[in-house]
Amino acid sequence: MILLTRKIEFSASHFYNNPSLSPEENRRIFGKCNNPHGHGHNYTLEVTVEGEPDPVTGMVLDLKELKDILEREVMQRMDHRHLNYEVPELTGQIPTCENISRVIWLLLEPKITQGKLHRVRLYESPDLFADCFRNGANAPGNS
Amino acid sequence: MSSPLKIELGRRYRFSASHRLHSAHLTEEENCRVFGKCNNPYGHGHNYVVEVTVSGNVDPATGMIANLADLDAYVERNMLDEFDLKSLNEDVPAFRDTVPTTENLCIEIFQRLKSFPSAKLERIRIEETGKNSFEYAGENSEGNRQ
Repeated sequence: MILLTRKIEFSASHFYNNPSLSPEENRRIFGKCNNPHGHGHNYTLEVTVEGEPDPVTGMVLDLKELKDILEREVMQRMDHRHLNYEVPELTGQIPTCENISRVIWLLLEPKITQGKLHRVRLYESPDLFADCFRNGANAPGNS
Repeated sequence: MSSPLKIELGRRYRFSASHRLHSAHLTEEENCRVFGKCNNPYGHGHNYVVEVTVSGNVDPATGMIANLADLDAYVERNMLDEFDLKSLNEDVPAFRDTVPTTENLCIEIFQRLKSFPSAKLERIRIEETGKNSFEYAGENSEGNRQ
């Protein structure tokens, strides 16, 4: 099995606030991330697809096709957007790395028909990331 | 039917420390042969990058596996305070009798962080330099992951 990874970057704003908690609780739990005017990040997304190379093309999937899927499903939805207000898939969820990576997984999985989605890794900064994958599948990043 | 989704959270920390690779079980010549420059008697240092990966349920109220402030404080107390700007050989009891290779450092840090109360420690990955890295996922893991 071959793993193929494509990386994209997008920039978006967000803040963390749970309306069912008091303002004091929100500040205690989320700290600076609770600032109501929000803040932003340059997100880096690594999407890994697993599969066998096609004997004719030598490809697991056409990278151009993967690029188009990422453009349509992720960039157009999230790039230069406010994740709390402009991404319906995140409505009702705190837009943490964990939740965004899961939303991206759910958007991409049905669209990737050549090969199989293996892992979504979303970096909020170089020092913080979330991995989303199917439990029981092989370890992330490994075959 | 598809298996459930699993989410892991990775956080990178940095510390700088010195070490010397030297085994009391080997002769001077063997130490020199096995460890090369790393056996130089006065030691040397690295800027270590430690990637700590945890897993668990994402709390619907917070959207988080674990509160980063809690993880940072735990890592600060149990790892950074003990290792940063220290000599691994002299200042860390675990390395009095164990060679402080990055393999052993992975195991030591895993032991120190595995009791983090808010999430399950999945693995420790350490970059000793930008060119080499090591991973440890505990004794019962099916294998280290990238």
